[in-house]
Amino acid sequence: MFRFARWKVASILAMTLTAFLVLVPSFLPGDTRESIAKQLPSWVPFKAITLGLDLQGGAHILLEVDAADVTRTQVENLRDDVRRILREERVRITGGIGATGRTVQVRIPDAAERARVLPKLRQQAQPAGSVNALGMAAPPIFDIRESGEGLLQLTLSDTAILDRVRRAVDQTIEVIRRRVDALGTTEPNIQRQGADRVLVQVPGLQDTARLKDILGTTAKLEFRLVADPGFNPTDVDILNEYDAQGQATGQYPVEKRVMVQGEDLTDAQPGFDQRSGEPVVNFRFNLRGGQRFGEVTSANVGKPFAIVLDGKVISAPRILGPITGGSGQISGRFTVQQANDLAVLLRAGALPAKLTIVEERTVGPGLGQDSIDAGKMSIYVASVLVVTYMLTTYGLFGLFANLALLVHITFIVAGLILLNATLTLPGIAGIVLTIGLAVDANVLIYERIREEAKLGRSIISALEAGFNRAFATIIDSQSTAFVVAVILYFLGTGPVRGFAITLGLGIVTTIITAVTMTRMMIALWYRWKRPTFIPI
Amino acid sequence: MLRFRLAPDNTKIGFMRLRRVSYPLSAFMSIVSVVGFLLLGLNYGIDFAGGTLMELRAKQGQADMATLRGLGDKLALGEVEVQAFGGGQDVTFRIKLQPGGDAAQQVAVAKVREAVGDAYEFRRVEVVGPRVSAELVQSGTLGVVLSIIAVLTYLWFRYEWQLAVAAVIATMHDLLLTMGFFALTRLEFNITSIAAILTIVGVSLNETVVVLDRIREMLRKYKRMGMAEIIDASVNAVLSRTIMTSTTTIMALGALAIFGGHVIQSFSFSMMFGITIGVYSSIFICAPILIYLGAPSQPEQDRPGASSTNEAA
Repeated sequence: MFRFARWKVASILAMTLTAFLVLVPSFLPGDTRESIAKQLPSWVPFKAITLGLDLQGGAHILLEVDAADVTRTQVENLRDDVRRILREERVRITGGIGATGRTVQVRIPDAAERARVLPKLRQQAQPAGSVNALGMAAPPIFDIRESGEGLLQLTLSDTAILDRVRRAVDQTIEVIRRRVDALGTTEPNIQRQGADRVLVQVPGLQDTARLKDILGTTAKLEFRLVADPGFNPTDVDILNEYDAQGQATGQYPVEKRVMVQGEDLTDAQPGFDQRSGEPVVNFRFNLRGGQRFGEVTSANVGKPFAIVLDGKVISAPRILGPITGGSGQISGRFTVQQANDLAVLLRAGALPAKLTIVEERTVGPGLGQDSIDAGKMSIYVASVLVVTYMLTTYGLFGLFANLALLVHITFIVAGLILLNATLTLPGIAGIVLTIGLAVDANVLIYERIREEAKLGRSIISALEAGFNRAFATIIDSQSTAFVVAVILYFLGTGPVRGFAITLGLGIVTTIITAVTMTRMMIALWYRWKRPTFIPI
Repeated sequence: MLRFRLAPDNTKIGFMRLRRVSYPLSAFMSIVSVVGFLLLGLNYGIDFAGGTLMELRAKQGQADMATLRGLGDKLALGEVEVQAFGGGQDVTFRIKLQPGGDAAQQVAVAKVREAVGDAYEFRRVEVVGPRVSAELVQSGTLGVVLSIIAVLTYLWFRYEWQLAVAAVIATMHDLLLTMGFFALTRLEFNITSIAAILTIVGVSLNETVVVLDRIREMLRKYKRMGMAEIIDASVNAVLSRTIMTSTTTIMALGALAIFGGHVIQSFSFSMMFGITIGVYSSIFICAPILIYLGAPSQPEQDRPGASSTNEAA
């Protein structure tokens, strides 16, 4: 029983050595680490431990996509489609085209015209690629209901809305990624959470106000004509103009019809106006946008053309002549930073819906470093106390337990690195707690050995019985704590999850280090010394 | 080498008799906990109550407490809590959940940032909106309930009903007292406190399991011995181990409480208290209960690891 196969000894030593090697990069300065990592094959886990945002500082922002906003946009798009179809079919309507909740309604008094336009609308209700792989028709995007006096009601279906929200979240993630990348931050983490949320984590970020501005702007850019007096009031929005400080400076009646949209932009760069020298954003359209922009500016020379961002007028310059080159300039009394940010937003594209910040946790780099120092200090103090105590109580066997403890901590940290888990402040607390708890297994074994020896057993049989009898209790007691760690992992987020991982890893490695490794050390010592008494 | 042992060998302490002290003591502490919990409630942090917590450091000199306290009225944020720590340069600034949903919280933060200006460094900003805090309450409660179910299931499979009931009572005792500790000390109760509580349950059960395992082993070995003697002998047998382990654990947690910093102070203090109580209850509460429940008629077959048939080396 106390004989250890050579391969067993070798594999334990190999595991320990590997764990120590995995830790090496974490102690190297950053640039040395990267230059070495480049020369190694990619499967070698040559990387430092990932610190949680609470330790390295940074911003954690949980955003929610406004599902109501998504639906509103969808209904408005539907209304635009309906308007286009009615215009193409030259159908006469009474009143405007209403859009409320998830329904668009329009009144077509003439029955013949209604009959002409209905098939076109039905066709619009079929989603693109409307026959799926099984040959079944996909459900229509909206239902059409006819009621008295020629009223048509088009109502969006549940699946269409859900599908749109899902796609909106995907799109949001893409847009946010482009925006955050443009901030020049390192390794931002952007991921979906639940049905309608996006988590943005930006390590090392100091200025969260700017990040929040950039995330909070929808950046929906529209070019719309300022309406002539006498334009049908239902097709006109009254929009405010704002200056760089956010003060309202004027009001414009703007046509609801959007001439050209931000999604037709291919590029946007901050610059300066050649005459006035004020900061502006230069943009370039794609082919479609360029053509459309050319047509509109040709047909409306002399009229003011409103540049609308998220429902606010940035400026409404008069069209001096046709602009057919596919590029243009947005001026709006910007500061340099604002022109920069607007260019970033326009390049990254508009968010499909409004975003709300539902949770924010930002830790400055100063506090993060303080927490690292505090964590290190607690680990050192706890280790010194426990190691000294074990040594003075158990002597040589205490030394064995301490060696096992060292390997144990190494295993935990190496485990974190290999699992790509992050070390958080509660995670450090978990390690400290483990320092206290890990020796429990050793203590259980040693105390049992003492007892068995006192009963008059031979040395080898006391050692044997100590290990065997304590083992069941160790498994029992560790398994309860392990269950707790698993539950915590699945329920917790961020820091708590970090605690759960270190606690769980600590429990698993205890079995290896405190039981197997100590047993091996004692077995080797026994074979070497052939002791006549047990020194505990 | 200098050697010392905290626990003397061959103790013969009458733990069963000590229950005349420990039971009234625990009853008293339990009543204080319940009363404290009912009268004072828990000091919920922003994780569960929602709102904003900021940590500010004055860039020069001391933090101006009066001005910071006045910000609540000045900015119409309702009641604000301002606490200085670490020599008066640092303060935590807490704003209650603002009416008006998630966006209103961000407005409040922006107001404070503007009012405070460049005089302070923002070392930490945590904003939890009304919906996220409600979800955290839900997942925190679920965590505690699931853990208790998991623990009960484990005990039900592992032990005869008498031992299981004793373990459950001891665990509930620890939970109750820890909640009382949170209520009386006014330590902030956050999602990390749930982690602390669950850890306390795990570690306290660990202690209980060690004692119960030994009682069960003794029951098998000494069939004719009375229950009281068996319990006393078992507790005395594991006493030195209990003292050793609880000392190392308290040492580690003490280091954490003293040096770990204010961010996790609530976590380390509550854990230190709970684990101490867990050790106490496993010896003074759990074991003596068995005297009232009676000995299990036929201890179940033990698992091979702990059986006494493994003696041949």
